[in-house]
Order: sequence, then structure tokens, then C-alpha cells
Amino acid sequence: MEKISFRKTLLDRNLGRRAVLLGVGQLVLVGFLIRQMRELQLQESEKYQLLAEENRIDIRILPPVRGVIFDEKGATLAGNLENYRLRIVQEKAKNPRKVVEDISRLITLKDERKSEILAEIAKRKSYSPVTIIENISWNDFIRITVNLPSLPGIVPEVAFKRFYAYKHFFAHVIGYVGEISRSDLKVISTGNPILQIPDFHIGKVGVEKGLDPLLRGSVGLSRHEVNAVGRVIRKLKEDPSLSGKDIHLTVDSKLQEFAMHRIEGFSAAVVVINLETEGISCLASSPSFDPNLFIEGMSQEDWDMLKNSENQPLANKAVSGNYPPGSTFKMVVAIAAIEAGLIETEELINCDGFLEVGERRFHCWNSSGHGDMDLIGGIRESCDVYYYNLALRVGIKRISDTAKKFGIGVLFPLPLSGVSKGLMPSKNWKLTQIREKWVPGDTLNSGIGQGFVLSTPLQIAVMTARLATGLEIKPTLVKAIDGKPINRNKKRALKIQDSTFSLVRNAMFNVVNDKKGTAYESRVVDKKKILAGKTGTSQIRLISESERKKGIRKNEDLPRSQRDHALFTGFAPFNKPKYSISVVVEHGGAGSLVAAPIARDIILFALSGSIPKITAYPIDQRDETDALLKRIKKAIHF
Amino acid sequence: MHWPLLFLVVVISCFGFLMLYSVAEGDFEQWARPQMERFFGGFILMIIISFVHIDFWRFCSPFIFLFGIVLLIVVLFFGDYGGGAKRWLELGSIRFQPSELNKVGLVMALAIYYDWLTPTKVSNIFWVFIPVLMILVPTALVIPQPDLGTGTLIAFIGLTIMFAAGVHYLYFLGGLLILPGLLALVFYSRGTSWQLVNDYQFGRIDTFLNPGNDPLGDGYQITQSKIALGSGGLEGRGFMQGSQSQLDFLPYKHTDFIFTTIAEEFGFFGSVGLLLMYSVIITFCIISAMTNKNKFGSLLTIGLATMFFTYFFVNISAVTGMAPVTGVPLPLISYGGSAMLVVLGTFGLIQSAHIHRLLKKD
Repeated sequence: MEKISFRKTLLDRNLGRRAVLLGVGQLVLVGFLIRQMRELQLQESEKYQLLAEENRIDIRILPPVRGVIFDEKGATLAGNLENYRLRIVQEKAKNPRKVVEDISRLITLKDERKSEILAEIAKRKSYSPVTIIENISWNDFIRITVNLPSLPGIVPEVAFKRFYAYKHFFAHVIGYVGEISRSDLKVISTGNPILQIPDFHIGKVGVEKGLDPLLRGSVGLSRHEVNAVGRVIRKLKEDPSLSGKDIHLTVDSKLQEFAMHRIEGFSAAVVVINLETEGISCLASSPSFDPNLFIEGMSQEDWDMLKNSENQPLANKAVSGNYPPGSTFKMVVAIAAIEAGLIETEELINCDGFLEVGERRFHCWNSSGHGDMDLIGGIRESCDVYYYNLALRVGIKRISDTAKKFGIGVLFPLPLSGVSKGLMPSKNWKLTQIREKWVPGDTLNSGIGQGFVLSTPLQIAVMTARLATGLEIKPTLVKAIDGKPINRNKKRALKIQDSTFSLVRNAMFNVVNDKKGTAYESRVVDKKKILAGKTGTSQIRLISESERKKGIRKNEDLPRSQRDHALFTGFAPFNKPKYSISVVVEHGGAGSLVAAPIARDIILFALSGSIPKITAYPIDQRDETDALLKRIKKAIHF
Repeated sequence: MHWPLLFLVVVISCFGFLMLYSVAEGDFEQWARPQMERFFGGFILMIIISFVHIDFWRFCSPFIFLFGIVLLIVVLFFGDYGGGAKRWLELGSIRFQPSELNKVGLVMALAIYYDWLTPTKVSNIFWVFIPVLMILVPTALVIPQPDLGTGTLIAFIGLTIMFAAGVHYLYFLGGLLILPGLLALVFYSRGTSWQLVNDYQFGRIDTFLNPGNDPLGDGYQITQSKIALGSGGLEGRGFMQGSQSQLDFLPYKHTDFIFTTIAEEFGFFGSVGLLLMYSVIITFCIISAMTNKNKFGSLLTIGLATMFFTYFFVNISAVTGMAPVTGVPLPLISYGGSAMLVVLGTFGLIQSAHIHRLLKKD
């Protein structure tokens, strides 16, 4: 009995012991759980909090509205047009095929477009939106929005599309916007969230590109709390986007449109500078193109045509075209000579039609020669021999230094693409760039604005602006940013004697208003709007001796592509100059015949602000001019 | 009456109502109210059971056990699928899982067996074989449902009682040695005709081992659970402020994953707090068993406590990513009528054992 009970109590105690063991075992296991809890909730808590946030916060980028570009008076040159469009998000659409079908019942969708859409959906990630259709009407847009509950996955959007109301008139100045390419990434940092906006457009050419950092604005962010199926529960913080800055340019849209009509059909450029504000009132280049094509999209053929066309419609000839200034350069040489005291006003130099230096003959355009010429006459009648002589006397260094004072060979920092520096050669330049020594013939050629000298129509206009005012005019394109006018520094006076300026200006007066002047036919009769200037004919190829013998001397005898460029530069009114102008007509032949009349019409428009009055023209030219002006008036929009 | 135990049970259940209100996003009617109603019924049941004499339960044990077995057989042939396994039985408008009844039945049967058996024979191989058989029968009937998880738990509970009853350590050591072999057998059987475990259960194990592989399926649940749990931090996000639960990122938030919401809203303090409360319940039961002079009563208490332990341990392990998800509810808190009734019933039995602890059977 005792044995059993002893055993029994022993075993009873066993129960107790085993129970304790079980209890401890249970606590140990609970301990493991606590350890895991510690890891998740204490040690790794931050990581999980972040993941929880990622789950529930949906961040959307709000694209900024691009700044508008206006002309000086406020006409919209580049604006934003509302683009109503529809997109579809596959993962919300469940059955995209059906949704696309349903949509095509409400608005017209071609079958091929439907298949394109479905193919695009299949290619992209399920949360990435695919554009169904753009630029639909307000009515269509409303119709879809009203039916939205039965169109799952459809996202109606109002996007903005760049629109150029003045089409090809301002194409080169404004430029256009386009999708970002690799080279564009140089101007916009890769961290910029604006790059995440699908189809974001950046300025490619012209002011759109030059002022893009101001125009593009910055993105906003909207944060929404979403649930597990992506449904928006509530809006959290929203940082609104900042629209780009609006820009007022110095250009006058009416003047520009008139100028573009006037040079239509030519391969030409016109620059008009406002001498008071230093603003560029007109920057025209022909032929041109419609920048809206770059927004809407164009066919491969259209693109090929633009790119390969002989007259280069895509190039802005006004700032990128490098031309030998020809005789328009003579004022610079004259000033260099006078300031160096190397010529007197009355000194006569004889012109026989050519000058022999060494073994070479340098011809004057007037093959029979001008006879004895003084300084004013040399400009008035554009005698080449006079200037060969003058150039030799002055030397290329003085010519070069003076030219730079007037902007030749100087780069003007405008917010445009392809602004050229032109070229003002020097002995050093020739040695380093061409690896040849400078020869006297080079100086002679430079004296008449040929040889290596190259300038853009803009530079020629600036040169004349400086001649007319005696001040260091610096051309500008931007008048105001967001309504705030740009501060202009006071214009510096050029370190050249007043008497020298007087002399040269008088000479330019004579070019247009003296019977013997090369541009007499382009004079203005209205005493308040007298035009002064200088013609130029820049040779693009040498006319060989053999050709001369054959009688080929004149441009009209040559095929067009080999004809000289026609130039004219001038300022008006003579007594109190308000504008300077330069006109270059490629392969136009003689400057006096082709460029000067164009310049007269345009500068008269600038002075009056409207189509020039017929009374400003010489009587015998009025009928012809009237017909021309009437034609342009019909084509104009204002 | 073990008042502290009763108190804890009520406290935890009330906390459960609170959580059901929270995960319903402030809706009392959806889950909280039905649960309260069931609790009310179960509570009465528990009280009734408590005051019934323990000897009565002892007497019922074999019948309950056999009844359970019968039900399992019925389920195997006529059962309903729920969650991919034939576990449920529908009786009119009530659905319940017979496997739970079997756990109780097995516990009671083993308790009476060891109460009847002379203590010296406990480690005799013949007398060991019988209980093992008793364990194997329900286990073997549950596994083909298929439900490996519950089968394992049934076996575990049974073995625990055997351990508490004093079966020699060596038997258990031997069992532990066989275990890896058994596991290997199960995994080798994968893909063969004699596959011991259902495909999707293998899938569950795969996902458990690597939740990243199935981020939108089963892996999703675990990943989301860990995110929600972890984001609770030390103090939690606040009552009803659990963003993951509130925003539907957490699946089954009112049943299997309700612990996650507790952890998210009440943080480390809350999750460990609840865990400790469960622990205390277990400890109370063990202490009660140790002071219980009635052999049947004490073994019953230990067995039922183990059963309770498996509920919360398995649920919380799954929810924290330490074990595969098996659908085991969090006791007294997860939404579910039958589970609540069973748990309260078992506490009733435990109370009955406790109330009558001084009555030694002679």
C-alpha cells in the first residue's frame, strides 16, 4: 500500500513537474513571438512605416502652364490652346476592348485607330495611361465625361498645346517646342520632376529655346490618399504648379507681318532696330515655315522638303546668315581713316575702273571708272577703287578695330538659336585659321567688305544704328518679363569724333537723296521721313578675266545661284533717326535695284505704324508702288 | 470559480468587440454586434458548463470522443468546402468545424484514459500504444480533408496530454527523432501519386518560405500584415487610425489578421500586452491543474489549455510571418461564432475542473 502510494505521490509530483515544464515551454514559445514582435515593431518599424506610406499615398505631378510670348504691344505670338483629350488606364479598365468600343459609340473613332490603341495598351504597363484621342471638341468632351461611370479606366484630361497664331511670320524668332531629346538633357537637370510628365515639351529653336528656363515654369505635386484599389479617399497636401513667365518681345507684329509679305518669294532677311529702345522691331527671314506643323506633326515628306529645300526655310538668315557686307562696309573704313587722320574730306583719289597691286588687278564695279572722287563721293557712288586705296592706307588692323566698334565680328547674346558672330579677319586670324600669311590683296578686299569679311543682317543693322546715333547700341529682343520691363543700361557714346559721324552721315544722305547716289531711286519724298543709307552688292564668286572678256560682268548674265547678294542698310528720319534697317536679298543682284526699295517700304511702315502713304514716294513711282502696297494690304490680317 | 480567469476571458473578449468595431471602420453593426450576441450566448453556456459536476463530464468523455469521430467521417463524405478544404458541416443555418469538437473530445478521452489507468503502467508500451491510436484516428481523418495544419495540432495536443500524464521521456525523444524523417517523407511525396499533402498546402509553405514570390496572392497577405504590424511602432497609430486596415490593404482583417490591426493601432505595447494576457491565461490554467486533486480534472485542464495555446500561437505566428497561414482564428477576438462558442465551452470545462478541484476521485 505504501509503496503504491509513494509511487503515486511521486508520479503526482511528476505531474506537477511536467506541468511546470509545459508552462515554461509555453512561455519560451511566447518569448519567440515577442522577439518577432520586437523586430517588426521596434527595430524595423521605420521601414514598415515607409512601406505603409507607399501603399497609401499616390503622388501625381501637376504640369505647369507654359509662359506666353507677346509682341511689344501685347499680341499673342505663342500661346497655349486647350487640348481636350481622352486617355485610358488599362488596369482600371478591366476590359479595354469593350471600353474602346463603347467610346467609339459616343465619338467617332476609326477602326484602325481602335486597333492602334489596343496595341499600345498591350505594350505599355497596366497603370500607364494611353492616349485615345486628342483635340476633341468641348461637346464631345462633355459627352464622354457625363458617361464616365460606364466607361471604367477612361481619364478625361485638359492639356495645353502650344499654338502660334502668326504662323510663319514669326517662325524664326519664336521657334517651336517639341519632345525632349537627349541633347536637351544638357539644359535641364535629370532630377527635375518636369521630366516625368509624359509628352513634356521643351523649347527647341528660337526664343522658345533661348528663354525656355523662364517659359517652362515648375511642376506642382498633388498627394492623394488611396485605398488598396487605387480609389482616391481624400486629397492631402497639394503644391500648385508654377506657370512659366510671360515674355513681351520687342518685335512689332504688324511691322513683322508687313516685312514678311514684302520679302515673300525672295530668299532674304530684314532687321529693323528701334534706336531709342535698342529693341529689335523686326527680324524677318524668308522663306519661312509654319511652326504649328512641329506641334501637330508633319509627314516625312514635308520634313524632307523643309530640310533640303535650296532656300533653307528653317534657317534664320537674319542672325545666322553670314554674308560679305560688300559696300555697306565702306563707312567703317572711312571712319577708320578719318579718325587716324589719314584722309581729308576734300582729298581726291582717281578711279579708272581698276587698281593694280602687284600682279593683280582689283576692279571697280564701274568698269569705266568714276574719275576723281572725294570722301563723300566715294560713298555716294560706292567707288571701289577709292576704298582699295583707303584700305591700303589705313591697314587691316585699324579697319578691324573700327569694325568691332560697330559690331562687325561681334557676337550679340540674343535668346535665339544660331546667332552668328560673323567674321572680321586679321593678320593673326589668317595665320592661325588658314595658315597663310596676310597679303595686301586681303586688305584691299576687306576695304570693300569682301574677302574674308562676313556679317549677318543683324550686325549690319547694328552697325548702322551706331552710325546714326553715335552710341553703342546693343540689340535686345526682350522687352518685359511677366509685365516687368527689363532695365536697360544707359547707352555709351562711341569714342569717335562728332565731326566724323557728321561727315559719314552726310555721305549716307547723299547715297539716297543725291541724283548721283546709288540709291537715288529709293529716296523718300516726305521731308519728315528722309531716308539715308548705303547700298551693297556682295560678290560670292570671282568673275574671271575670261568671263569679263566675254562680256559677262553683270549679275543678270549669271545663273541665279551665282549672282551676288543684294544689300541695303539705312536709317530714318535723317534729322532725328528713329530706326535703322538692313535688308539682304540672296542672289538678288544689285543692292540698289533690289534691296533698297524693300528697305524703303519697310522703314516707312515702321515710322508710321501702318501701310506707307503714297505721298512719301517720288511721283513717277507712285502707281507702281501703289499696286504693290495694295497687294500686300489684301494679304494682311490687320 | 477561478475569478481571475473569468475576468481575463471577459476582458479579452470585450477588447475583441472594440477591435471589430475598428476594423469595420466605425461600424458597430457589421461585426461587433453579432459577435457580442454570440459571446452572450457562449458566456451563459460557459457558466452552465462550469457548474455541472466534473464527474458528469468525465462520464461523457468517451461519448463525446466517439461522436466527434463520427462527425469527421460524415464530413469526409458529405462535408462542405470552405477555403479549399472539406472542413465544414452545415446543420440548418449553423456551420461548424467538427475538428474543433474532436480536439475537445480527444482531450477528454485521454484525460479519462489516464485517470483510469494505474500510474505505473503509464509508460508501458502497450498502454502507450492505445492513446497513440486514439490520437491517430481523428488525425488521420482530418488530414485528408485536406487539413494538415489541424491534423498536426490535434496530434500535438494529444501528445502534450500524454507528456503531462507522465509517459516516459524516452518515448518523446524517439518521436522527435522520427519527426525529421516524417517531414522529409511529406516533402518527397510532393508531385507523386502518393502525395501526402495537398498542392495548395505545399503552395502555402512555399509562400511562407518566400513571401516575395507571390506578392499578389498569399504572399500579399503576409507582406501586408508585416507592413501594417511594423508600422505600428512602439505606441501604435491610435485606435481606428490604422491606415493599412482602414484603407483595405489588409485582407481578412476581421478574422485571421485581426491581430495585425491590434498591433498597428496599439503598437508594441498592444501586441505584447495581448500576448501576455493570453500567456497569463495559460499560466492560470497550469497552476489550476497543479492544484487540482482530481486527475481527470487536471489533465483536462492541461489539454484544453494547450488547445487554447495552439490557437493564439499559430495565429500570431502566421500574422508575423513566422509560420504559414493556416486559417486559425485569434481566440476570443476573431470574428466567428463557432470558434467563440468552442473556446467559451472549453473555459467552461476548465472552470468546472477548477471548481471541483478538491474532490479527489477515490
